[in-house]
Amino acid sequence: MGEQVEVTLTVNGDAHEVRVSAGETLADVLREKLGLTGTKVMCDEGECGSCTVLVNGTPVLSCLTLAVECQGKDILTVEGLADPQTGKLHPLQQTFVQHSGMQCGTCTPGMLLTAKALLDSNASPAENEVREALSGNLCRCGNYKRIVQCVMAAADMMKGATRN
Amino acid sequence: MAKALKNYFVPKTVQEACSMLSAHRGEARVIAGGTDLLRQIKCGEVLPEYVINVAAIPDQDYITYDKTSGLRIGAQATAGSIASSPPVREHFAVLASAAGRLGSPHIRRRATIAGNLCNASPSAELYPPLMVLGASLKIIRAGGERDVAVDRFAVAPGQTVLQPDEIVAEVRIPPAPARSAGAYLTQRVRKGEDIAMVSVAVLVTMDGDVMSDLKIALGAVAPTAIRAPAAEATLRGRKFSEDLLGKAGQAAAAEAQPIDDVRASAEYRRKMVAVLVARAVMQAMEQVKSG
Repeated sequence: MGEQVEVTLTVNGDAHEVRVSAGETLADVLREKLGLTGTKVMCDEGECGSCTVLVNGTPVLSCLTLAVECQGKDILTVEGLADPQTGKLHPLQQTFVQHSGMQCGTCTPGMLLTAKALLDSNASPAENEVREALSGNLCRCGNYKRIVQCVMAAADMMKGATRN
Repeated sequence: MAKALKNYFVPKTVQEACSMLSAHRGEARVIAGGTDLLRQIKCGEVLPEYVINVAAIPDQDYITYDKTSGLRIGAQATAGSIASSPPVREHFAVLASAAGRLGSPHIRRRATIAGNLCNASPSAELYPPLMVLGASLKIIRAGGERDVAVDRFAVAPGQTVLQPDEIVAEVRIPPAPARSAGAYLTQRVRKGEDIAMVSVAVLVTMDGDVMSDLKIALGAVAPTAIRAPAAEATLRGRKFSEDLLGKAGQAAAAEAQPIDDVRASAEYRRKMVAVLVARAVMQAMEQVKSG
Protein backbone atom coordinates (compact mmCIF):
# COMPACT_ATOMS: atom_id res chain seq x y z
CA MET A 1 0.00 0.00 0.00
CA GLY A 2 3.01 2.29 0.13
CA GLU A 3 4.86 3.73 3.05
CA GLN A 4 2.72 5.60 5.54
CA VAL A 5 3.78 8.90 7.04
CA GLU A 6 2.44 10.95 9.92
CA VAL A 7 1.05 14.30 8.94
CA THR A 8 -0.66 16.97 10.97
CA LEU A 9 -3.65 18.43 9.19
CA THR A 10 -5.22 21.54 10.63
CA VAL A 11 -8.87 21.39 9.65
CA ASN A 12 -11.37 24.03 10.75
CA GLY A 13 -8.94 25.14 13.42
CA ASP A 14 -8.32 21.69 14.89
CA ALA A 15 -5.03 19.82 14.50
CA HIS A 16 -5.40 16.17 13.49
CA GLU A 17 -2.54 13.69 13.39
CA VAL A 18 -3.14 11.13 10.70
CA ARG A 19 -1.17 8.35 9.06
CA VAL A 20 -1.42 8.68 5.29
CA SER A 21 0.32 7.20 2.31
CA ALA A 22 1.69 9.46 -0.41
CA GLY A 23 -1.12 8.58 -2.80
CA GLU A 24 -4.02 9.57 -0.57
CA THR A 25 -5.84 12.68 -1.66
CA LEU A 26 -6.97 15.35 0.76
CA ALA A 27 -10.56 14.47 -0.16
CA ASP A 28 -10.02 10.83 0.82
CA VAL A 29 -8.39 11.72 4.11
CA LEU A 30 -11.02 14.32 5.07
CA ARG A 31 -13.88 11.94 4.35
CA GLU A 32 -12.49 8.52 5.28
CA LYS A 33 -10.01 9.26 8.03
CA LEU A 34 -11.44 12.37 9.65
CA GLY A 35 -15.11 11.55 9.08
CA LEU A 36 -15.76 14.98 7.54
CA THR A 37 -18.09 13.96 4.76
CA GLY A 38 -19.30 17.47 4.04
CA THR A 39 -16.69 17.60 1.27
CA LYS A 40 -18.18 15.73 -1.68
CA VAL A 41 -16.41 13.64 -4.29
CA MET A 42 -18.35 13.57 -7.54
CA CYS A 43 -16.19 13.40 -10.67
CA ASP A 44 -12.98 12.66 -8.75
CA GLU A 45 -11.07 14.15 -11.69
CA GLY A 46 -10.87 17.83 -10.84
CA GLU A 47 -13.57 18.98 -13.25
CA CYS A 48 -16.73 19.47 -11.18
CA GLY A 49 -15.48 21.42 -8.15
CA SER A 50 -17.66 19.51 -5.65
CA CYS A 51 -14.58 18.57 -3.65
CA THR A 52 -13.50 22.21 -3.19
CA VAL A 53 -12.05 23.11 0.20
CA LEU A 54 -10.06 26.18 1.21
CA VAL A 55 -6.35 25.71 1.89
CA ASN A 56 -4.83 28.85 3.39
CA GLY A 57 -7.92 30.68 2.15
CA THR A 58 -7.61 29.53 -1.47
CA PRO A 59 -10.12 27.20 -3.15
CA VAL A 60 -8.46 23.92 -4.00
CA LEU A 61 -9.72 20.71 -5.64
CA SER A 62 -9.20 18.28 -2.78
CA CYS A 63 -9.58 15.26 -5.09
CA LEU A 64 -6.45 16.38 -6.94
CA THR A 65 -4.48 17.45 -3.85
CA LEU A 66 -2.24 15.03 -1.99
CA ALA A 67 -2.85 14.99 1.78
CA VAL A 68 0.90 14.97 2.39
CA GLU A 69 1.17 18.37 0.70
CA CYS A 70 -1.20 19.93 3.25
CA GLN A 71 1.07 19.61 6.27
CA GLY A 72 1.25 22.97 8.02
CA LYS A 73 -1.60 24.56 6.06
CA ASP A 74 -4.99 25.77 7.27
CA ILE A 75 -7.81 23.78 5.76
CA LEU A 76 -11.40 24.96 5.84
CA THR A 77 -14.24 22.59 4.97
CA VAL A 78 -17.97 23.27 4.89
CA GLU A 79 -18.19 21.95 8.45
CA GLY A 80 -16.08 24.90 9.53
CA LEU A 81 -18.19 27.64 7.97
CA ALA A 82 -20.63 28.22 10.81
CA ASP A 83 -19.45 30.03 13.92
CA PRO A 84 -17.82 27.36 16.13
CA GLN A 85 -19.01 29.03 19.35
CA THR A 86 -22.59 29.97 18.56
CA GLY A 87 -23.33 27.66 15.64
CA LYS A 88 -24.65 30.65 13.71
CA LEU A 89 -24.57 29.99 9.98
CA HIS A 90 -22.22 31.95 7.73
CA PRO A 91 -24.12 34.56 5.65
CA LEU A 92 -23.60 32.37 2.57
CA GLN A 93 -25.20 29.41 4.32
CA GLN A 94 -28.06 31.66 5.43
CA THR A 95 -28.81 32.95 1.95
CA PHE A 96 -28.52 29.45 0.44
CA VAL A 97 -31.19 28.32 2.92
CA GLN A 98 -33.38 31.39 2.46
CA HIS A 99 -33.18 31.61 -1.33
CA SER A 100 -33.10 27.92 -2.38
CA GLY A 101 -29.42 27.73 -3.22
CA MET A 102 -29.52 23.93 -2.90
CA GLN A 103 -31.37 21.13 -4.63
CA CYS A 104 -29.58 17.80 -4.29
CA GLY A 105 -26.80 19.48 -2.32
CA THR A 106 -23.80 17.79 -3.98
CA CYS A 107 -22.30 20.99 -5.37
CA THR A 108 -23.23 23.06 -2.33
CA PRO A 109 -20.16 22.70 -0.08
CA GLY A 110 -17.89 23.47 -3.04
CA MET A 111 -20.04 26.45 -4.06
CA LEU A 112 -20.10 27.83 -0.51
CA LEU A 113 -16.36 27.64 -0.03
CA THR A 114 -15.48 29.00 -3.47
CA ALA A 115 -17.94 31.84 -2.91
CA LYS A 116 -16.51 32.53 0.54
CA ALA A 117 -13.03 32.89 -0.94
CA LEU A 118 -14.43 35.29 -3.54
CA LEU A 119 -16.24 37.47 -0.98
CA ASP A 120 -13.22 37.48 1.32
CA SER A 121 -11.15 39.06 -1.45
CA ASN A 122 -13.87 41.04 -3.26
CA ALA A 123 -16.67 42.27 -1.01
CA SER A 124 -18.75 43.72 -3.87
CA PRO A 125 -18.49 41.41 -6.84
CA ALA A 126 -20.51 42.07 -9.97
CA GLU A 127 -22.72 39.21 -11.08
CA ASN A 128 -20.36 38.24 -13.92
CA GLU A 129 -17.50 38.11 -11.41
CA VAL A 130 -19.48 35.68 -9.27
CA ARG A 131 -20.19 33.53 -12.33
CA GLU A 132 -16.54 33.58 -13.33
CA ALA A 133 -15.36 32.66 -9.83
CA LEU A 134 -17.83 29.76 -9.71
CA SER A 135 -17.16 28.61 -13.28
CA GLY A 136 -15.24 25.59 -11.95
CA ASN A 137 -18.16 24.45 -9.80
CA LEU A 138 -20.72 22.42 -11.72
CA CYS A 139 -24.30 22.02 -10.46
CA ARG A 140 -25.95 18.88 -11.79
CA CYS A 141 -29.36 20.26 -10.87
CA GLY A 142 -28.85 23.39 -12.96
CA ASN A 143 -29.49 25.72 -10.00
CA TYR A 144 -26.89 28.27 -11.15
CA LYS A 145 -29.18 31.28 -11.30
CA ARG A 146 -30.28 30.90 -7.69
CA ILE A 147 -26.77 30.12 -6.52
CA VAL A 148 -25.51 33.39 -8.02
CA GLN A 149 -28.42 35.28 -6.41
CA CYS A 150 -27.56 33.72 -3.04
CA VAL A 151 -23.92 34.80 -3.33
CA MET A 152 -24.94 38.37 -4.25
CA ALA A 153 -27.38 38.45 -1.32
CA ALA A 154 -24.70 37.16 1.05
CA ALA A 155 -22.34 39.89 -0.17
CA ASP A 156 -24.98 42.50 0.72
CA MET A 157 -25.51 40.88 4.10
CA MET A 158 -21.79 40.86 4.86
CA LYS A 159 -21.41 44.50 3.86
CA GLY A 160 -24.39 45.42 6.04
CA ALA A 161 -22.84 43.62 8.99
CA THR A 162 -19.52 45.45 8.69
CA ARG A 163 -21.33 48.79 8.38
CA ASN A 164 -23.13 48.06 11.66
CA MET B 1 -3.95 5.41 -6.31
CA ALA B 2 -2.14 4.89 -3.01
CA LYS B 3 -0.40 1.93 -4.64
CA ALA B 4 0.67 4.00 -7.63
CA LEU B 5 2.54 6.48 -5.46
CA LYS B 6 4.57 3.93 -3.53
CA ASN B 7 7.83 5.66 -4.46
CA TYR B 8 7.24 9.33 -3.86
CA PHE B 9 10.04 11.85 -3.60
CA VAL B 10 10.05 15.52 -2.77
CA PRO B 11 13.34 17.09 -3.93
CA LYS B 12 14.38 20.43 -2.46
CA THR B 13 16.40 21.64 -5.44
CA VAL B 14 16.25 21.32 -9.20
CA GLN B 15 19.62 19.50 -9.15
CA GLU B 16 18.17 16.94 -6.73
CA ALA B 17 15.17 16.46 -9.02
CA CYS B 18 17.50 15.90 -11.99
CA SER B 19 19.56 13.33 -10.07
CA MET B 20 16.40 11.46 -9.15
CA LEU B 21 15.24 11.51 -12.77
CA SER B 22 18.64 10.20 -13.87
CA ALA B 23 18.66 7.46 -11.25
CA HIS B 24 15.18 6.20 -12.18
CA ARG B 25 15.50 6.83 -15.87
CA GLY B 26 12.31 6.10 -17.73
CA GLU B 27 10.31 5.05 -14.68
CA ALA B 28 9.83 8.40 -13.00
CA ARG B 29 7.31 11.16 -13.63
CA VAL B 30 7.49 14.72 -12.39
CA ILE B 31 4.46 16.24 -10.70
CA ALA B 32 3.86 19.88 -9.72
CA GLY B 33 0.24 21.08 -9.78
CA GLY B 34 -0.94 17.55 -10.58
CA THR B 35 -3.97 18.70 -12.56
CA ASP B 36 -3.08 16.37 -15.43
CA LEU B 37 -0.83 13.70 -13.94
CA LEU B 38 -2.80 13.01 -10.74
CA ARG B 39 -5.96 12.70 -12.77
CA GLN B 40 -4.25 10.27 -15.14
CA ILE B 41 -2.89 8.19 -12.26
CA LYS B 42 -6.31 8.05 -10.61
CA CYS B 43 -7.93 6.95 -13.87
CA GLY B 44 -5.26 4.29 -14.32
CA GLU B 45 -3.96 5.81 -17.57
CA VAL B 46 -0.46 6.22 -16.19
CA LEU B 47 1.27 4.17 -13.47
CA PRO B 48 4.71 5.60 -12.81
CA GLU B 49 7.04 3.62 -10.55
CA TYR B 50 8.45 6.81 -9.10
CA VAL B 51 6.76 10.16 -8.66
CA ILE B 52 8.91 13.21 -8.11
CA ASN B 53 7.01 16.16 -6.67
CA VAL B 54 8.87 19.35 -7.54
CA ALA B 55 6.33 21.69 -5.92
CA ALA B 56 8.53 22.10 -2.83
CA ILE B 57 11.46 23.55 -4.82
CA PRO B 58 11.41 27.28 -4.12
CA ASP B 59 11.45 30.09 -6.68
CA GLN B 60 10.22 28.15 -9.69
CA ASP B 61 7.15 30.30 -10.37
CA TYR B 62 8.66 33.63 -11.33
CA ILE B 63 7.51 35.83 -14.22
CA THR B 64 10.11 38.46 -15.05
CA TYR B 65 10.10 40.97 -17.88
CA ASP B 66 12.83 43.08 -19.35
CA LYS B 67 12.19 45.16 -22.45
CA THR B 68 15.46 44.12 -24.10
CA SER B 69 15.48 40.42 -23.34
CA GLY B 70 11.75 39.74 -23.05
CA LEU B 71 9.87 37.44 -20.70
CA ARG B 72 11.21 34.62 -18.54
CA ILE B 73 8.62 32.36 -16.94
CA GLY B 74 9.60 29.77 -14.34
CA ALA B 75 8.43 26.22 -15.02
CA GLN B 76 6.00 26.27 -12.11
CA ALA B 77 4.33 29.60 -12.85
CA THR B 78 0.62 28.82 -12.82
CA ALA B 79 -1.80 29.57 -15.63
CA GLY B 80 -3.60 31.91 -13.25
CA SER B 81 -0.49 33.90 -12.40
CA ILE B 82 0.38 34.18 -16.12
CA ALA B 83 -3.15 35.34 -16.95
CA SER B 84 -3.08 38.08 -14.32
CA SER B 85 0.58 39.14 -14.62
CA PRO B 86 0.82 42.84 -15.57
CA PRO B 87 3.82 42.49 -17.93
CA VAL B 88 2.22 39.51 -19.68
CA ARG B 89 -1.09 41.34 -20.08
CA GLU B 90 0.61 44.44 -21.38
CA HIS B 91 3.27 43.01 -23.69
CA PHE B 92 2.14 39.44 -24.47
CA ALA B 93 -1.64 39.70 -24.18
CA VAL B 94 -2.23 36.70 -26.45
CA LEU B 95 -0.55 34.49 -23.82
CA ALA B 96 -2.52 36.06 -20.95
CA SER B 97 -5.78 35.45 -22.86
CA ALA B 98 -5.04 31.79 -23.45
CA ALA B 99 -3.82 31.19 -19.89
CA GLY B 100 -7.04 32.75 -18.62
CA ARG B 101 -9.11 30.16 -20.47
CA LEU B 102 -7.26 27.08 -19.24
CA GLY B 103 -9.59 24.79 -17.29
CA SER B 104 -11.37 26.47 -14.41
CA PRO B 105 -10.35 29.06 -11.80
CA HIS B 106 -9.45 26.19 -9.44
CA ILE B 107 -7.32 24.48 -12.07
CA ARG B 108 -5.63 27.74 -13.07
CA ARG B 109 -4.36 28.17 -9.53
CA ARG B 110 -2.46 24.88 -9.77
CA ALA B 111 -1.75 24.12 -13.44
CA THR B 112 1.80 25.06 -14.39
CA ILE B 113 3.18 26.22 -17.72
CA ALA B 114 5.69 23.35 -17.81
CA GLY B 115 2.96 20.85 -16.98
CA ASN B 116 0.71 22.07 -19.77
CA LEU B 117 3.58 21.86 -22.27
CA CYS B 118 4.89 18.47 -21.07
CA ASN B 119 1.42 16.91 -20.97
CA ALA B 120 1.19 17.90 -24.64
CA SER B 121 -2.51 17.46 -25.17
CA PRO B 122 -3.47 18.33 -28.76
CA SER B 123 -5.67 21.06 -27.26
CA ALA B 124 -3.12 22.33 -24.70
CA GLU B 125 -3.99 25.98 -24.21
CA LEU B 126 -0.54 27.45 -23.98
CA TYR B 127 1.02 26.07 -27.16
CA PRO B 128 -0.67 28.34 -29.75
CA PRO B 129 0.20 31.66 -28.05
CA LEU B 130 3.72 30.52 -27.19
CA MET B 131 4.25 29.42 -30.78
CA VAL B 132 3.26 32.76 -32.30
CA LEU B 133 5.40 34.55 -29.71
CA GLY B 134 8.47 32.50 -30.71
CA ALA B 135 8.94 31.00 -27.24
CA SER B 136 11.60 28.48 -26.29
CA LEU B 137 12.01 26.10 -23.38
CA LYS B 138 15.13 25.82 -21.25
CA ILE B 139 15.55 22.14 -20.44
CA ILE B 140 18.03 20.83 -17.91
CA ARG B 141 19.37 17.50 -16.75
CA ALA B 142 22.18 16.50 -14.43
CA GLY B 143 25.26 17.91 -16.16
CA GLY B 144 23.77 19.87 -19.01
CA GLU B 145 21.08 22.00 -20.51
CA ARG B 146 19.59 22.78 -23.90
CA ASP B 147 17.04 25.11 -25.46
CA VAL B 148 14.16 23.84 -27.56
CA ALA B 149 11.80 26.04 -29.57
CA VAL B 150 8.22 25.48 -28.47
CA ASP B 151 7.33 24.68 -32.11
CA ARG B 152 9.55 21.59 -31.83
CA PHE B 153 8.67 20.46 -28.33
CA ALA B 154 5.51 18.38 -28.79
CA VAL B 155 5.75 15.58 -31.35
CA ALA B 156 2.53 13.60 -30.83
CA PRO B 157 -0.40 13.63 -28.42
CA GLY B 158 1.12 13.30 -24.96
CA GLN B 159 4.67 13.09 -26.30
CA THR B 160 7.44 15.65 -26.29
CA VAL B 161 11.15 15.62 -27.04
CA LEU B 162 11.86 15.74 -23.30
CA GLN B 163 14.22 12.88 -22.39
CA PRO B 164 13.45 10.77 -19.29
CA ASP B 165 16.23 12.44 -17.29
CA GLU B 166 15.32 16.00 -18.25
CA ILE B 167 13.12 18.64 -16.70
CA VAL B 168 11.76 21.91 -18.07
CA ALA B 169 13.22 24.81 -16.11
CA GLU B 170 11.96 27.92 -17.83
CA VAL B 171 10.05 29.32 -20.80
CA ARG B 172 11.54 32.32 -22.59
CA ILE B 173 9.77 34.71 -24.90
CA PRO B 174 11.66 37.36 -26.88
CA PRO B 175 10.32 40.91 -26.89
CA ALA B 176 7.41 41.34 -29.28
CA PRO B 177 8.22 43.34 -32.43
CA ALA B 178 7.19 46.99 -32.58
CA ARG B 179 3.80 47.62 -34.19
CA SER B 180 2.62 44.11 -33.42
CA ALA B 181 -0.37 42.70 -31.58
CA GLY B 182 -1.75 39.25 -30.93
CA ALA B 183 -5.18 37.73 -30.59
CA TYR B 184 -6.44 34.44 -29.20
CA LEU B 185 -9.86 33.00 -30.02
CA THR B 186 -11.42 29.65 -29.27
CA GLN B 187 -14.58 27.75 -29.98
CA ARG B 188 -15.90 25.70 -27.09
CA VAL B 189 -19.07 23.83 -26.22
CA ARG B 190 -19.44 25.80 -22.96
CA LYS B 191 -18.56 29.37 -22.07
CA GLY B 192 -17.01 28.29 -18.82
CA GLU B 193 -14.84 25.34 -18.00
CA ASP B 194 -14.22 23.35 -21.16
CA ILE B 195 -11.53 22.16 -23.51
CA ALA B 196 -11.41 24.02 -26.81
CA MET B 197 -12.58 22.30 -29.98
CA VAL B 198 -10.58 24.83 -31.98
CA SER B 199 -8.14 27.42 -30.75
CA VAL B 200 -6.32 30.06 -32.77
CA ALA B 201 -3.51 32.41 -31.82
CA VAL B 202 -2.11 35.03 -34.17
CA LEU B 203 0.61 37.67 -34.03
CA VAL B 204 0.32 40.48 -36.57
CA THR B 205 3.07 42.99 -37.32
CA MET B 206 2.16 45.99 -39.46
CA ASP B 207 4.28 48.39 -41.51
CA GLY B 208 1.76 51.00 -42.60
CA ASP B 209 -0.90 49.10 -44.53
CA VAL B 210 1.40 46.20 -45.20
CA MET B 211 1.33 43.18 -42.93
CA SER B 212 5.07 42.82 -42.54
CA ASP B 213 4.73 39.62 -40.51
CA LEU B 214 1.98 37.21 -39.58
CA LYS B 215 2.18 34.16 -37.36
CA ILE B 216 -0.76 31.80 -36.95
CA ALA B 217 -0.95 28.79 -34.62
CA LEU B 218 -3.83 26.35 -34.37
CA GLY B 219 -4.72 24.18 -31.37
CA ALA B 220 -7.01 21.16 -30.99
CA VAL B 221 -7.12 20.51 -34.75
CA ALA B 222 -4.05 18.30 -35.21
CA PRO B 223 -2.08 15.77 -33.14
CA THR B 224 -0.13 18.73 -31.75
CA ALA B 225 -0.61 22.48 -31.98
CA ILE B 226 0.63 23.57 -35.41
CA ARG B 227 1.65 26.67 -37.25
CA ALA B 228 -0.19 27.46 -40.48
CA PRO B 229 2.60 28.52 -42.87
CA ALA B 230 0.49 28.59 -46.03
CA ALA B 231 -2.06 30.83 -44.33
CA GLU B 232 0.73 33.06 -43.04
CA ALA B 233 2.25 33.37 -46.53
CA THR B 234 -1.10 34.52 -47.94
CA LEU B 235 -0.84 37.81 -46.10
CA ARG B 236 2.80 38.19 -45.07
CA GLY B 237 4.46 41.12 -46.83
CA ARG B 238 1.19 42.04 -48.54
CA LYS B 239 -1.14 44.97 -48.20
CA PHE B 240 -4.16 43.86 -46.21
CA SER B 241 -7.43 43.18 -48.04
CA GLU B 242 -10.63 41.34 -47.09
CA ASP B 243 -10.10 39.02 -50.03
CA LEU B 244 -6.63 38.01 -48.82
CA LEU B 245 -7.99 37.60 -45.29
CA GLY B 246 -10.59 35.16 -46.54
CA LYS B 247 -7.91 33.25 -48.45
CA ALA B 248 -5.75 33.08 -45.31
CA GLY B 249 -8.65 31.61 -43.35
CA GLN B 250 -9.28 29.01 -46.05
CA ALA B 251 -5.59 28.16 -46.23
CA ALA B 252 -5.46 27.64 -42.46
CA ALA B 253 -8.54 25.40 -42.63
CA ALA B 254 -6.81 23.28 -45.26
CA GLU B 255 -3.67 23.00 -43.11
CA ALA B 256 -5.63 21.80 -40.08
CA GLN B 257 -5.87 18.04 -39.50
CA PRO B 258 -8.93 17.82 -37.24
CA ILE B 259 -10.68 14.66 -36.09
CA ASP B 260 -14.26 13.88 -35.14
CA ASP B 261 -14.68 13.58 -31.40
CA VAL B 262 -17.21 14.22 -28.62
CA ARG B 263 -16.81 17.96 -28.91
CA ALA B 264 -17.17 18.51 -32.63
CA SER B 265 -16.87 16.99 -36.08
CA ALA B 266 -13.75 17.43 -38.15
CA GLU B 267 -15.82 19.29 -40.75
CA TYR B 268 -17.11 21.83 -38.24
CA ARG B 269 -13.64 22.34 -36.82
CA ARG B 270 -12.25 23.07 -40.25
CA LYS B 271 -14.96 25.64 -40.87
CA MET B 272 -14.31 27.27 -37.50
CA VAL B 273 -10.57 27.45 -38.20
CA ALA B 274 -11.31 29.61 -41.25
CA VAL B 275 -13.69 31.82 -39.26
CA LEU B 276 -11.50 32.22 -36.19
CA VAL B 277 -8.28 32.85 -38.11
CA ALA B 278 -9.93 35.64 -40.10
CA ARG B 279 -11.48 37.11 -36.96
CA ALA B 280 -8.27 36.89 -34.95
CA VAL B 281 -6.19 38.54 -37.68
CA MET B 282 -8.73 41.40 -37.92
CA GLN B 283 -8.76 41.81 -34.16
CA ALA B 284 -4.98 41.90 -33.93
CA MET B 285 -4.74 44.36 -36.82
CA GLU B 286 -7.27 46.72 -35.21
CA GLN B 287 -5.23 46.55 -32.04
CA VAL B 288 -2.01 47.52 -33.85
CA LYS B 289 -3.77 50.45 -35.52
CA SER B 290 -5.26 51.73 -32.27
CA GLY B 291 -2.23 50.96 -30.10
